[in-house]
Amino acid sequence: MTSVLRENISLAITGSGGSGMLSAGELLLRTAAKTGFYGLLTRSVGPQIRGGESAALIRLAHYPVETHDDHFHVLLAADWNNFHRFAGEIVLGEDVLVIVDEQAGDLPEMVAAVADEKSILRLPLHALARELDARVNMVALGFLGALLGMEQDMLRAVVQDFFRRKKRDRFIEPSLAALEKGRELAEPLLKARGGPLIATPGKPCRDMADCGARWLISGNRAVATGFLQAGGRFVAGYPITPATDMLEWLAPRIGRAGGLLVQAEDELAAINMVLGASFGGLPAMTATSGPGFSLMVEGLGLGVMAEIPALIVDVQRVGPSTGIPTKSEQGDLQLALCGAHGDAPHLVLAPDCVVDCLHTTAWALHLAERLQCPAVLLSDQKLGQMLSITDAIPPAPWKAERKLKESCAENEEPYKRYAITEDGVSPMALPGTPGCLHTVDGLEHDERALPSSQVEDHAAQLEKRHRKLARLEDWPDEEMAHWADIMGSGEVAVITWGSSAGAAREAVRMAADEGLHARHISLRLLWPPQKNRLARLLEGVRRLIVVEQSHSGQFLHYLRAHYDLPEVVVSCRRPGPRPITPRQVLRALREACEMKETFSERVCT
Amino acid sequence: MNRPQQPPKPADYKSGVHPVWCKGCGDFGVLAAMTRAFAHLGLPKEQVAVVSGIGCSGRIPAYVAAYGFHGLHGRALPVATGLKLARPDLTVLAAGGDGDIYSIGAAHFVHTCRRNPDITLIVMDNRVYGMTKGQPSPTSEPDFAAALQPEGPGVPPVDGLLLALASRASFVARGFSGQPNELADIIVAGIEHPGFAVIEVLSPCPTFRPEQREWKRHVQAGLLQPAKTLEEAMAQVIAAPALSTGIVWREERAPAPMMPRPESVKELATMRARELAWIEKSFHP
Ligand SMILES: Cc1ncc(C[n+]2csc(CCOP(=O)(O)OP(=O)(O)O)c2C)c(N)n1
Ligand code: SF4
Ligand SMILES: [Mg+2]
Repeated sequence: MTSVLRENISLAITGSGGSGMLSAGELLLRTAAKTGFYGLLTRSVGPQIRGGESAALIRLAHYPVETHDDHFHVLLAADWNNFHRFAGEIVLGEDVLVIVDEQAGDLPEMVAAVADEKSILRLPLHALARELDARVNMVALGFLGALLGMEQDMLRAVVQDFFRRKKRDRFIEPSLAALEKGRELAEPLLKARGGPLIATPGKPCRDMADCGARWLISGNRAVATGFLQAGGRFVAGYPITPATDMLEWLAPRIGRAGGLLVQAEDELAAINMVLGASFGGLPAMTATSGPGFSLMVEGLGLGVMAEIPALIVDVQRVGPSTGIPTKSEQGDLQLALCGAHGDAPHLVLAPDCVVDCLHTTAWALHLAERLQCPAVLLSDQKLGQMLSITDAIPPAPWKAERKLKESCAENEEPYKRYAITEDGVSPMALPGTPGCLHTVDGLEHDERALPSSQVEDHAAQLEKRHRKLARLEDWPDEEMAHWADIMGSGEVAVITWGSSAGAAREAVRMAADEGLHARHISLRLLWPPQKNRLARLLEGVRRLIVVEQSHSGQFLHYLRAHYDLPEVVVSCRRPGPRPITPRQVLRALREACEMKETFSERVCT
Repeated sequence: MNRPQQPPKPADYKSGVHPVWCKGCGDFGVLAAMTRAFAHLGLPKEQVAVVSGIGCSGRIPAYVAAYGFHGLHGRALPVATGLKLARPDLTVLAAGGDGDIYSIGAAHFVHTCRRNPDITLIVMDNRVYGMTKGQPSPTSEPDFAAALQPEGPGVPPVDGLLLALASRASFVARGFSGQPNELADIIVAGIEHPGFAVIEVLSPCPTFRPEQREWKRHVQAGLLQPAKTLEEAMAQVIAAPALSTGIVWREERAPAPMMPRPESVKELATMRARELAWIEKSFHP
């Protein structure tokens, strides 16, 4: 146990069914946001449908954080029931402080292995709660709030607000009393340590204008917001973890935003409803996860063939098959890239942090509409369900804008829905446009959209559909700036896509503190590949570390197939749900920096 | 545009694209009935959209002078639903075969009946997979022997009308392509019905079911009559011969909620513009 004030702390709060530890975690995070912290929260739950053991994993810091640290500094357990289920996810640091109910019994092996007796506090958490007719999570919250130096008034206000919103006012009084008991429990420890575990950052917010400087947002909500900001107005979806909460967040809001949401009977219906609405002129999306996305690939191909814009959000979970529904993995890259049968060029993008979920979604919708082509957005459970304290996110600058054909004169030649144009994009006449009647088709067709099995038509239309996307390589850099993110410099580079960027960015910062200079490249646009653009980002790079959360190295194979890579490539990969951590990438960075001999390819774990 | 207003003729609703159908195919009669219905209603062509799946029947949109969507096998209904909910100003029809609607798209059929979007569905039932050359379909007779099932399917056929009723469709009817006038009337009623209208059409496939040429001798037109209760409608469908036509069920039920109705295509973009600052505020801690 150290007494050094940290700028960054990780806490795990666990308990079995009914202990309310997830709520305690969320309330702690909310208070932290008001107190001026940055931070994040992920949850881990057992297999039970409702109740069951759960863990709130929290990180708070004075600077923005995108991912969990390698280990936890504080573990608060209401009991040890089924604790082993979290063992793989809650890696305790050597300086861990363990707080546990005094009745919880013997320490689980994994806790005993790292924590010495001095760092274990056994407290009457349940007993105090029972006395007050309150829940144990409120005692825990009071204790942790005090330990983190949070103002008691702020904590009380957050708790009050929580119960008022839930219309459970009768819980307020006992809960506030339990908070107070928790705070009192922490006093001896605070005294012994000479203060809280982490310094309080900046000024706490007192009014709305102040509080708005920080947002509390999840990746799924950020995706939904980006979609609406860009002008998306139609959503169809079928419930699937971990995408459901995005649909449920949208359902009560999309009407006020001028749109409509439909719960479809399955994912086949969802994607086809989206294509129907988009054919009618409404920018549209569906949100799903791997199993649902698998069902949608035929629709994806139809969108490509019929040139109908659509946004498909895949919030990836561990696969294949039903996999591990509640946990994260970057395993759908290959499916997203190659999914549809035939040569079916479509857009594939991935947001690389919670904040970016908003912006990359808006960009994806913008591109889909502009290129009249489906876009797949690969988010994942980690980004989607992570509740994050961020700076206020500026509105996305991109809008859904489609090149329309607004009328067809009667004496003109017949309207060509799939006219061969220089950039491959043909002006689209929406139903209701006089004179431009046509039938869009999933059959190969000629320029007028009439079915055709002729070699020439197939070749010309294939080429046109391909050209729409290929042209992105020639777009001006300003318009393509969002395609990738680069940070740092040096001969060693780490490259990631999607949520692995968080750990990589942190690793590159830690490496810089050690005097190792490296760059990090995060790709957001995965298809079409931007060969020249990446070449420029890789200029001067001699060793490249490819980081991904995939067993087989899908990203590595994608990079090898479509890009020129430096001589030395290190593949740093692990399957989900174990997260890619900053120190895992740091180790790979250190090795790559020191590497004398030239390996052509190595795997780091 | 101040051309003298002539009442539209059915021929005005033909696109001029030459159908791929075999000579004598029942689907010609469906096309004729559809264009008669449009002419009768005087629908502006650009305000009509016909959505279909895959099959011989699925080819119909391109033959109609309207907007069309020839999508995936089995998926006409979700496309039509998305289109209608997004564009309530359009008259939306969905069309498909017995395989399209009752087999690969059966789930959509059931749930579209329940959802009740303001769409008219035309199921061209020939009791066979025409396009893929003669396999048994969900409406084939148990003893319909074909290369893929030499003994015949050996299981009872789906009763589309009964399935529609059980799924609470708000308008259920059967027509015959050999009687395009009666069929046109049914289609007009279906389009005028403010909800999901299921119209099954007996549409012979002389190529793979030559015996269906006899249907014209056996069809009992108008035998089905609008029932007062759902039980009565079901009983009627069970009791009546399969080759009978008419509207058997009509019920007022709120159609699936739609977007606001645009006055014109141009208005679509302006209708979508909304102030969204309230969403940002919801993320304040
Ligand atoms: C996903 C998929 N599976 C199979 C097919 C092949 N296929 C095309 S049409 C058809 C059946 C058509 O039968 P029906 O719907 O009764 O239409 P009909 O041709 O008789 O009018 C099949 C199986 C396809 N196009 N797509
Ligand atoms: S195969 Fe049968 S259904 Fe298809 S076009 Fe020929 S006659 Fe009509
Ligand atoms: Mg058929």
